[in-house]
Amino acid sequence: MLYNLGRYILLLRLAFKKPEKFSVYWAEVMREMVSVGIGSLGIVAIISVFIGAVATIQTAFQLVSDFIPKTIVGTITRDSTILEFSPTISALVLAGRVGSSIASQIGTMRVTEQIDALEIMGVNAPGYLISPKIIAGVIMIPFLTIISIFLGLIGGYIACAASNEVSPSDYITGLTDGFKVIILQVSMVKATAFGFIITSICAYQGFYTSGGALEVGQSATKGVVYSCIMILFADLVISRIML
Amino acid sequence: MIETINIHKTFGDNQVLRGIDAQFKPGKNNLIIGGSGSGKTTLLKCIVGLHKPTEGEVLYNGENFTKMHFVERVPIRKQIGMLFQSSALFDSMSVQDNIIFPLNLFTKMSRAEKIDRANFCLERVNLAGKNKLFPAELSGGMKKRVGIARAISMQPKYLFVDEPNSGLDPKTSILIDDLIAEITQEYQTTTVIVTHDMNSVMGIGDHIIFLHNGKKWWEGNNKEIAHTDNKELNDFVFASKFMQAAKEKL
Repeated sequence: MLYNLGRYILLLRLAFKKPEKFSVYWAEVMREMVSVGIGSLGIVAIISVFIGAVATIQTAFQLVSDFIPKTIVGTITRDSTILEFSPTISALVLAGRVGSSIASQIGTMRVTEQIDALEIMGVNAPGYLISPKIIAGVIMIPFLTIISIFLGLIGGYIACAASNEVSPSDYITGLTDGFKVIILQVSMVKATAFGFIITSICAYQGFYTSGGALEVGQSATKGVVYSCIMILFADLVISRIML
Repeated sequence: MIETINIHKTFGDNQVLRGIDAQFKPGKNNLIIGGSGSGKTTLLKCIVGLHKPTEGEVLYNGENFTKMHFVERVPIRKQIGMLFQSSALFDSMSVQDNIIFPLNLFTKMSRAEKIDRANFCLERVNLAGKNKLFPAELSGGMKKRVGIARAISMQPKYLFVDEPNSGLDPKTSILIDDLIAEITQEYQTTTVIVTHDMNSVMGIGDHIIFLHNGKKWWEGNNKEIAHTDNKELNDFVFASKFMQAAKEKL
């Protein structure tokens, strides 16, 4: 484990060395941002609406009491969506979608000698292949999380409108009640950390693939599994520190 | 000129190279031949810096490449072109983008100049007009030729070729061999080719090194190889009935 940790840190050091030509790297960052951001928008949108709706229905179900105002459903849905559901569940889904794609792409480049070709040319392969992906992940995953929060809350509204548990107006009142900026800050810190975790761990797994197609698949699986574990661990640590 | 001095390479307990001394001169097709597992690809990877030799040195025009740091190697790497066994073209890029990739990173050429250079390289390998195709749309022989076009795009002083004929039909193999030989002559490159294809050996082998059990077993050219009394080399070169029949006619 220490060997892998050391190798991971050394790889990240290499990845963030001065680029050979900034414009070429910048073009790669843009391409990766489109791939990570636009490419993941659909799946993030779908899960967010459903998560928001389910969170609202379950909260309303558990808080059936005349002593509790109905607006609390909106407040709880808002806080749990911003703090936990949107950043964490989106990140877990993105680990599957973006992470496996990064690990298999870099892994395939390794086993088909494309990384060797880069090194022969004098290109810093970790820098060219990994740093644009990490930058794209760190920028785009918080953006996706913001979209996810927005759609999650809309999902909650739809759930209210479709059922008689809570009225939409109570839900809206609950959403705007006692909002603290810190929860949004925590959410963004989490999303940024998760973006880094997904892209760097999966890139590491792909970069050190050896063998053939079977090993590329194994690297992608390892990348996703380790990313998910580290996302949950980071979630705990950030929540403990910031809340 | 490239020189290897006492190159040893060990992977765990497996000693692959056992003290290789060799010189590879410019303008010549330098062939490294040998059976599977003899260490020829490992030697090539040590020469280009993909493997670090366990012991020994690689000199490029007298400069000790082995001891250089990654950044120090870049000026030499810019003078290296390499054709990989699998061609190693970048899947996500078109033929043209593959060829201009090193130009994008290491030159200040304008876009038009880079495209001109790509067109020139593609014409040189008889693939004019194939700029927009992607590697997945190319045959094995075409991939090799695009690999050569990419390798020569920076006008290299050193050209390395790993198994240029693997997976190709005999006619395409000869085409690739002739192309490499022409480029070597035209640009006076120091060309090092790893192969076990006997047509290549007989056709373009100006300087041949035969590896056996990780050692340099024999050195000569394609004229001398047919008349050698080296048992291991004879077993390797004349293993097929076709080559045995050819030897009898020599």
